[in-house]
Amino acid sequence: MSLDLPLIWAAIIAIAVLLYVMLDGFDLGIGILFPFAGSPAERDVMMSTVAPVWDGNETWLVLGGGGLFAAFPFAYAALMPALYIPILMMLLALILRGVAFEFRLRARARGKRLWTIAFAAGSIVATLAQGLVLGGFIQGVTLKDGRFAGDVLDWLSPYSLLVAAGLVAGYALIGACWLIWRTEDELQGRARIWAWIALPAAAMLLAAVSFATLLYHPEVAARWGWTGDGFDPVRLARLSPISLLGVAGLAIAAWGLTRRAQGWPFAGAILMFLSGYLGLAAGFVPYVVPYSVDFRHAANADNALGLMLVGVAILLPAIIGYSIWVYWIFRGKVGVDAGYH
Amino acid sequence: MHLDALMLSRLQFAFTIAFHIIFPSFTIGLASFLAVLEGLWLATRNEAFKVLYLFWVKIFAISFGMGVVTGVVMSYEIGTNWSVFSAAAAPVIGPLLAFEVLTAFFMEASFLGVMLFGWKKVGPRLHFTATALVAIGTLVSAFWIISANSWMQHPTGYVRLASGALRATDWLAVIVSPTFPVRLVHMVLAAYLTTSLVVGAASAWRLLKDPEEEESCLALKLAIGMFAIVAPLQLLAGDMSGKDVLRFQPAKLAAIEAFWTTKSAQAFHVVAWPDRAAEANRWEVSIPGLGSLITAGDAAAEVKGLKAFPAADRPPVLPVFWAFRVMVGLGLAMIGLGLWGGFNVWRGRLAHAKGFLRAAVAMGPSGFVAVVAGWVVAEVGRQPWVIYGVLRTGEAVSPVTGGEVSASLLAFMAIYALIFSAGALYILRLMGEGPLVSSAAPAGPRPPGYALGAAPHDPGARS
Ligand code: HDD
Ligand code: HEM
Ligand code: HEM
Repeated sequence: MSLDLPLIWAAIIAIAVLLYVMLDGFDLGIGILFPFAGSPAERDVMMSTVAPVWDGNETWLVLGGGGLFAAFPFAYAALMPALYIPILMMLLALILRGVAFEFRLRARARGKRLWTIAFAAGSIVATLAQGLVLGGFIQGVTLKDGRFAGDVLDWLSPYSLLVAAGLVAGYALIGACWLIWRTEDELQGRARIWAWIALPAAAMLLAAVSFATLLYHPEVAARWGWTGDGFDPVRLARLSPISLLGVAGLAIAAWGLTRRAQGWPFAGAILMFLSGYLGLAAGFVPYVVPYSVDFRHAANADNALGLMLVGVAILLPAIIGYSIWVYWIFRGKVGVDAGYH
Repeated sequence: MHLDALMLSRLQFAFTIAFHIIFPSFTIGLASFLAVLEGLWLATRNEAFKVLYLFWVKIFAISFGMGVVTGVVMSYEIGTNWSVFSAAAAPVIGPLLAFEVLTAFFMEASFLGVMLFGWKKVGPRLHFTATALVAIGTLVSAFWIISANSWMQHPTGYVRLASGALRATDWLAVIVSPTFPVRLVHMVLAAYLTTSLVVGAASAWRLLKDPEEEESCLALKLAIGMFAIVAPLQLLAGDMSGKDVLRFQPAKLAAIEAFWTTKSAQAFHVVAWPDRAAEANRWEVSIPGLGSLITAGDAAAEVKGLKAFPAADRPPVLPVFWAFRVMVGLGLAMIGLGLWGGFNVWRGRLAHAKGFLRAAVAMGPSGFVAVVAGWVVAEVGRQPWVIYGVLRTGEAVSPVTGGEVSASLLAFMAIYALIFSAGALYILRLMGEGPLVSSAAPAGPRPPGYALGAAPHDPGARS
């Protein structure tokens, strides 16, 4: 039996990116909602709900990038220069918001205000940049002899801006739902309001991104049934569970919000994310550099993939196990007395 | 110097990695120090160890956060700026960096949360386990990244296919390349030295203020114990590293010692101003014969000079020569400080030895300087190669424009300057307050979200 190593690795990277988006999504979302908090004390609580786990969440981004380098080096080498500006924007923004976790605790009045702004602005810019990366990626990247040969600003377009706006709304939604789940009293009430605003916004933008993708990218439209010479309902039907998943997520979140449930809105929002992710992926699979290099051509040497697979088989279950354990340790409502020790 | 995308990318890489390495050098050592403190507290129940733990863990949290965010930058920068290098090197060192993420980064990041916020949530033993796992994680991380770097310095265990692509043929020879063992030891010792010098300086500063502060006296003794032992070992490891350089990278060795002509009984240049154009040194102060003795172990041995290599294969001499002297000079000063400290401990009047305490404070940052200098020796000295003998730096750069890279470089400089000043301010402020203030239980009800003993809070301030 021989394993299809590139396929397995494509799945691993896809899962890492998905986990990243969902996990760091809600802690970036908290930063996006930071400016709307009612008081400095509320901001402290909001931050305390993610302080023990944000670093672990962000590590999935390192696995996404490092994994792409290690498993699909030709995609990594083609995409990174193509998306140079938004990637560096994201990194710089992540620096500002990352240090804010500790710096806010240490600063005095004026400094604390500075790091509050840095946390909010860093989270918003990082999210926008991720949206631009995603948008630029789906639009496709110009290559020549396997190297990026496009223009510096290729990634910037109305389409990528729309994706970026959608991502901000989406992260704000899961951030708000996370807060509903993990906080109580006044802050929880405020988070419900945020979720009520973010939910329709995210749903509408997700729908708009889906349509825009179909309109602008014939390749993608063909996948969903709109081929150049007509409409193929079978293709649409095959992919429709993805859309239904999103609708179900929307319904669960809305129902949870009306019922004033604790955890259901978060679960619904996560389903919406899953649907959006799968929906976009359905458009460009099997490309890792849309629309010219598929994952087999970008894959690393088999002996490297094989060696890493042995490592992943042993280590990834352990990582998932202890990550869940850490979330378990810090379960429950976060009150005003959270903090060190 | 021509500021194109290549030169700017080199500047940006050097700037961001030199900034990044400052934090690992401190957190690798500090994580181990914290594990030792917590272990000692569990074993002896001496409250002083707990006070010290709770104090240093706050400084650790700040430094670790800065290490993480600057590290995330590195893992993307090799793609954004060195895409040709990435595509070429990934078949061989890709797995090494992937293993670093899988074996180290996740472990550090996850258990860091427990270490910082879990004091009341898990029992003392489990908490100690979390601290120990973070400490192990930092060392594992050093293992993989130094392994990758050592392979780039002296690649083994691979072949070059007809297409020009590289393939690993022997993973063990890739992971444990010939210069790796010594380099890893040298780096880990450097981290332990850096940390013990910082701990020593902070404690000495407190003792200058208040010689009766027992916790600081205890911490200073631990620190002296560490650097008094490690500094001489570092000299040995460094000497072995030098022997590796002589064997595997003779051009780098010639640059380190500013040898221009190949001859026996080379002189050791204590100071000199290497001049590339003239292919000679100006203002030399030399000791005859010593150069061959310390590099080859025999005063009469013949050692190659830079002129033995084509001009295109020579590294820059001036930064390598001087960075080496800074590193070794500081290493010798650390050995001296260790002896002086040991003498004061033996005489039993450490807390009142003002001269020594001042020297310990002054030497506080020296580890960082030596680490960066050491990396300049290693990295600039291997130029013009990224993968020694395989891929030239000039061919490794991404197809990006000078405009993009200069914009990102300026942005890095501005943001790093901001976070460095703020981080340094908060750490120095904590150090100035000392372990007792910082770990004391708060009097009244604690403001929400605040660490124990966080800086005074202005209740009226909106943030
Ligand atoms: C994974 C590999 C790797 C690792 C662990 C390091 N480096 Fe490196 N370094 C490179 C991979 C590299 C490189 C990609 O190969 C560069 C970029 C351009 C070059 O010439 O080599 C480089 C260049 C480079 C330069 C500029 C040299 C020049 O352009 O003349 C400096 C000063 C450093 N590095 C410093 C460091 C420091 C302080 C490190 C400690 C963390 C370090 N390097 C670790
Ligand atoms: C090209 C070189 C390097 C890259 C790409 C790189 C990458 C990274 C990344 C992505 C992180 C953050 C991980 C997280 O999210 O927790 C990190 C942290 C870290 N790195 Fe590096 N790194 C490099 C050089 C080094 C070197 C040379 C060392 C030390 C020997 C080192 C030691 C560490 C350690 C101990 C951490 C843990 C966090 C900390 O203590 O600050 N790194 N690095
Ligand atoms: C005391 C005498 C010392 C000697 C003879 C010495 C020697 C060397 C040599 C020859 C190299 C170059 C290795 C290479 O390019 O492959 C090196 C690198 C380095 N040194 Fe030192 N060193 C000394 C002290 C120190 C001290 C005190 C520190 C830090 C606290 C330090 C930190 C480093 C680092 C971080 C590197 C780069 C990593 C490496 O290549 O190992 N060194 N040293």
